[in-house]
Amino acid sequence: MKIRYLVLIVIVLSISSVFIGVSNIAPWDIFNLSADQLEILMISRIPRLISILIAGMSMSICGLIMQQLSRNKFVSPTTAGTLDSARLGVLVALMVFTSASPMQKMLVSFLFALIGTFVFMKILEKIKLKDAIFIPLVGLMFGNIISSLATFFAYKNDLIQNMSSWMQGDFSMIMSGNYELMYASIPILIIAYLFANKFTIAGMGEDFSKNLGLNYRQVVNIGLIIVALVTASVVLTVGVIPFLGLIIPNIVTIYQGDHLKKSLLHTALLGAVFVLACDMIGRLIIYPYEIPISLTVGVIGSGIFIYLLLRRKKYGL
Amino acid sequence: MGYKKKTIILAVITVLLALLYICYDLKGNIGYILPRRIMKVVAIILTGSAIAFSTTVFMTITNNRILTPSILGLDSLYLLIQTFIIFMFGSQSLVMMSSNINYFVSIGIMVLFSLVLYRFLFKGEKNNIYFLLLIGMILGTFFGSFTDFMQVLIDPNEFMVARDRMFASVNNVNSDLVYLSLGLIVLAAIYFMRFYKYLDVLALGKHEAINLGVPYDYVVKRLLIIVAILISIATALIGPITFLGLLVVNVAYEFLKTYRHFYLIIGSVLISIIALLGGQFLVEEIFTFETTVSVIINFVGGVYFIYLLLKENKSW
Amino acid sequence: MVDIKGVFKTYNQKSVIDGVSLTIEKGTITSFIGPNGAGKSTLISMISRLITKDEGVITIDGEDITKAKNNELAKKISILKQSNAINLRLTIRELVSFGRFPYSQGKLKKDDWEKVDEAIDYMELREIQDKYLDELSGGQRQRAHIAMVIAQDTEYILLDEPLNNLDMRHSVQIMKTLRRLVDELDKTILIVIHDINFASCYSDQIVALKNGKIVKQGPTCDVIDECVLKDIYDMDIDIKKINDNRICVFYA
Repeated sequence: MKIRYLVLIVIVLSISSVFIGVSNIAPWDIFNLSADQLEILMISRIPRLISILIAGMSMSICGLIMQQLSRNKFVSPTTAGTLDSARLGVLVALMVFTSASPMQKMLVSFLFALIGTFVFMKILEKIKLKDAIFIPLVGLMFGNIISSLATFFAYKNDLIQNMSSWMQGDFSMIMSGNYELMYASIPILIIAYLFANKFTIAGMGEDFSKNLGLNYRQVVNIGLIIVALVTASVVLTVGVIPFLGLIIPNIVTIYQGDHLKKSLLHTALLGAVFVLACDMIGRLIIYPYEIPISLTVGVIGSGIFIYLLLRRKKYGL
Repeated sequence: MGYKKKTIILAVITVLLALLYICYDLKGNIGYILPRRIMKVVAIILTGSAIAFSTTVFMTITNNRILTPSILGLDSLYLLIQTFIIFMFGSQSLVMMSSNINYFVSIGIMVLFSLVLYRFLFKGEKNNIYFLLLIGMILGTFFGSFTDFMQVLIDPNEFMVARDRMFASVNNVNSDLVYLSLGLIVLAAIYFMRFYKYLDVLALGKHEAINLGVPYDYVVKRLLIIVAILISIATALIGPITFLGLLVVNVAYEFLKTYRHFYLIIGSVLISIIALLGGQFLVEEIFTFETTVSVIINFVGGVYFIYLLLKENKSW
Repeated sequence: MVDIKGVFKTYNQKSVIDGVSLTIEKGTITSFIGPNGAGKSTLISMISRLITKDEGVITIDGEDITKAKNNELAKKISILKQSNAINLRLTIRELVSFGRFPYSQGKLKKDDWEKVDEAIDYMELREIQDKYLDELSGGQRQRAHIAMVIAQDTEYILLDEPLNNLDMRHSVQIMKTLRRLVDELDKTILIVIHDINFASCYSDQIVALKNGKIVKQGPTCDVIDECVLKDIYDMDIDIKKINDNRICVFYA
């Protein structure tokens, strides 16, 4: 698939996304918007679109970076405990500072995501059995453990139902004023693009990178920091969107191959297309109500993931 | 100290702890409190044994000390069933509906699910067991998405009932169900006896087992079914305790330092009962019911597990 | 006698074993040689039922291995695979005692323990028999596994690259033991081996495989031949006679 087709799809879907919703705004109204309509666009629809695009792109790229660094096609924020750690971070922030500002929550959540991912990478080094399927299994278990720690604290503070609600990925609450944190991801993604080749080399292993004169530790750490920052900002504003970092890079690999610099753009665009599409499905299926994005992505994503697993021999994943 | 002696010590501790739990601070209406406490101890012994036993067997089959049968997705399925009932019929239904029906429906769906999963994945030759687990786990996440979604929609008061179901607890076990579970577990144990002799050999790995004449596929499939049944019974009886098995079997391995399954199974069963009794004692006497035993055990088990993973270990 | 008739095996549409038929006589050492990916390990794994075959029949002493009872077969044939990653903490003696499982089903009797002792002595492991496997050197571990196979007391013994990662002294030691097992205990040994000079010096029969097909089979002296080897390995190999052994020279 050519980049320009993907861009075209993103544009078409973005435009349609803006015009779906309870209060009717049709494309032909665009030049004579009433004040109400303008307000809805500026306060709700456009922030929503922007956060969808950023979340879709950045989570997919996080997955890609993690897969390159760990040399395993099935490692991603979902299967390495990153998401669960970020979630635990938000909870801890809420417990420590009773009225935590978004910045404080972001910082704590970022720290937790970073530590969690780092611990997982350490575990990877310790494990002898490098079976491609065994690694994500350990990662998912690790994530379960982290979330059981979160449960421990949430239960004590009677926050279980709250936790379920603000942790569920959901774009319907996005409004101007509470989503701007997402913009933090954009410079991070540019850094990711600049480092792309280095991630590929680091993925070949410590000895290999040293041989090519690359500071292995530094590159890996930068990769982990990028992943943790992006995950924390998405978890805070939107909530948990599972599987995104897992399936998008793998689909891109199938038609595009493995070179990171080439596949980065594809991954970002496909991620945006996928989240836009899932979001529209969630908004239309029980219109005028909405199904949260984590459920639509969870259902469609786990289906695609199982399909990829079953066909992985064929695609050489 | 040999592993035989250590097993005896564990048995003694278990009995003492059970007696302590039953007799501690026994006052008031003894005729009411005593039978209730004994029933709780029986329920703890049943679930503890079922979980420890099935985890030991499961780890031997998968040749691995990191994986537990809880990741087959059964826990999430159970939560989905419970949440679904509340979501559709309201929390009253859980009270109204005879708990026996709920128990059998839950066990039935869970066992059916694992059978379908096994059947689907053992078809053909590519019966990679890690693959089976990963699919189970993904389906677990899938069920979890639905559960989360419904939980958000449920009325907060109703949610309190759902929340009680989310965390294993022996505080309100139903004595009918305890007897039923006892019967089912004994049946499963009798069926298991004929596969018992293969466990030590299975621990050597698939190739060695086949080489030594174990009918590998036949035995492993049946053992996995027993594991699924036992986990389902334990979950339906008191609720999900994801990391109990992981915790106690690893402690048993570290403590007993033997490969003999006779001692490993007995040891992990005893440790599991000790953990549950101790946890329950803490919940009642120190936390005064502010938390549940499964939350404590998942916490301790999780921390211990991360420690194990980070520690250099040859068997992974 | 091992009789293989028209055996096929494909992995992901790639043919690994492509119509192999072969007969192996009792009381001999048969070496399987050939370039990487020739299908040697696959063939030997199929004979020992670790891998199922797609087509064809394999019989051992006239009995089809797919129909034989697992336990009975385990008294007749045993295999030692190249990667022995047993992750249990076992002593040598405990490992060797597992070889008696087909006879005892885990409850070893007096004569089972006698067999275990014999196997340990045969491999000269008596002094270190209570050491744990993870404390051993590669050569000692390989000997311990062979001792287990000896304790299993099967007529047919299959070994998949038993000399991997062993130094010269240990390699010679293992090959001499295998020769003794055939000459003294009348075992039948099938062995996958990369070093053609070991194959040349110790085996009675050699089977050469390439791309899943048998290129040549016959007595050692027929296969260790310049023309035949060129066919198998696509390189010129010089053969010198040293002390009655045919030694292949291909290093330069």
